[in-house]
Amino acid sequence: MTRPNCNLTMQEILDTYFLENRARLLEIASFLDRVDRGGDGEPRQELDLAAEGAGAGKGDFRYRAFIRALGLLLEPGGGRTRAIQLCFSDQSTEPVESALGLKATGAWAGGTHEDN
Amino acid sequence: MKIIDPHMHMVSRTTDDYLALALGGIHTIAEPAFWPGFDRSGVASFHDYFNQLTVSEPARAARFKVRHYCWIGMNAKEAENLTLSEEVLAILPKYLDRPTALGIGEVGLNKNSRNEIRIFELQVALAAERGELLLIHTPHLEDKLKGTRIIMDILRNEPRIVAQRVLIDHAEEHTIAEIKDNGFWSGLTLYPDSKGSPARAVDALEVFGPERICINSSADWSVSDPLATLKTVNEMRRRGYPEPSIKRVFHDNPREFLSQCPKFSVA
Repeated sequence: MTRPNCNLTMQEILDTYFLENRARLLEIASFLDRVDRGGDGEPRQELDLAAEGAGAGKGDFRYRAFIRALGLLLEPGGGRTRAIQLCFSDQSTEPVESALGLKATGAWAGGTHEDN
Repeated sequence: MKIIDPHMHMVSRTTDDYLALALGGIHTIAEPAFWPGFDRSGVASFHDYFNQLTVSEPARAARFKVRHYCWIGMNAKEAENLTLSEEVLAILPKYLDRPTALGIGEVGLNKNSRNEIRIFELQVALAAERGELLLIHTPHLEDKLKGTRIIMDILRNEPRIVAQRVLIDHAEEHTIAEIKDNGFWSGLTLYPDSKGSPARAVDALEVFGPERICINSSADWSVSDPLATLKTVNEMRRRGYPEPSIKRVFHDNPREFLSQCPKFSVA
């Protein structure tokens, strides 16, 4: 197995994977547009496609981590996946006192990883 | 090609899935003991579960010529309950002695709590005393990096543990290198949403190399795919890898790790 390169040429990679990743990019764009349309938690009486949400969710640590991760997509050098994994990770070292009631959310509420 | 899936939770799957495995060439599987999606009320439930893993499930698999092995252990999720965990630890040797039990697993950490660490340390000590293989569960998502590092610290602090007899599972791009650098095996899990995809798994093979890496579906009661290994085989073919390279990842590597337990043989 060749390492660390792929068996395929860049042209072959684009021929094979461009369309499915174009679709994934549009999914992310659509998700962010959905966040922009999101309300403040009060139920809407009717569907208003033009409504702009209050954007309260944009202070959420998951949203902030997601936006930071999007910035990492544009970093060159082949380390994007690891960098995004680290961006979402708890990098503290001390055990938590109890796991009761805790769930994995996909992002760490405890820091910004500005230094990663 | 015959494929080994070293991590499947078949108690949560239908009998139709066994037929699909057999048709796809997945003839040998190993099922770790884990959390069933709810907390059990007492040790009697674990007796039933370990009997299911060591008696009922191998028989169900055998109808389709699938060879079923298992791992026995106290999972990290329920390890938060110390009283129950200590009762479960007391019954582990009885089930580890069963002919299809390959070792202690999947044990490890879930939210990196002190109780989880305590029960994991006890099971590492039990593995060392009995000379058992270890299959390690690493935490999900944002907790994985920290938990993997704590787990490796605990393993390195037990001098009787031999690194190549330990597989640290659910590894991802930010943990694979550290696991391999410490001499352990890595497991890559293929989950549609929360872990790796076939394409990312093959990317990881290209970046980190196929040495001491096993790939599994971890098919269970949540969003998962019992044929995910086959889809990753197809992904390697899509990229032009020759059949021996594919066989190495999906047959030879898991066979090499699991064969360290003398009870194991490939179907």
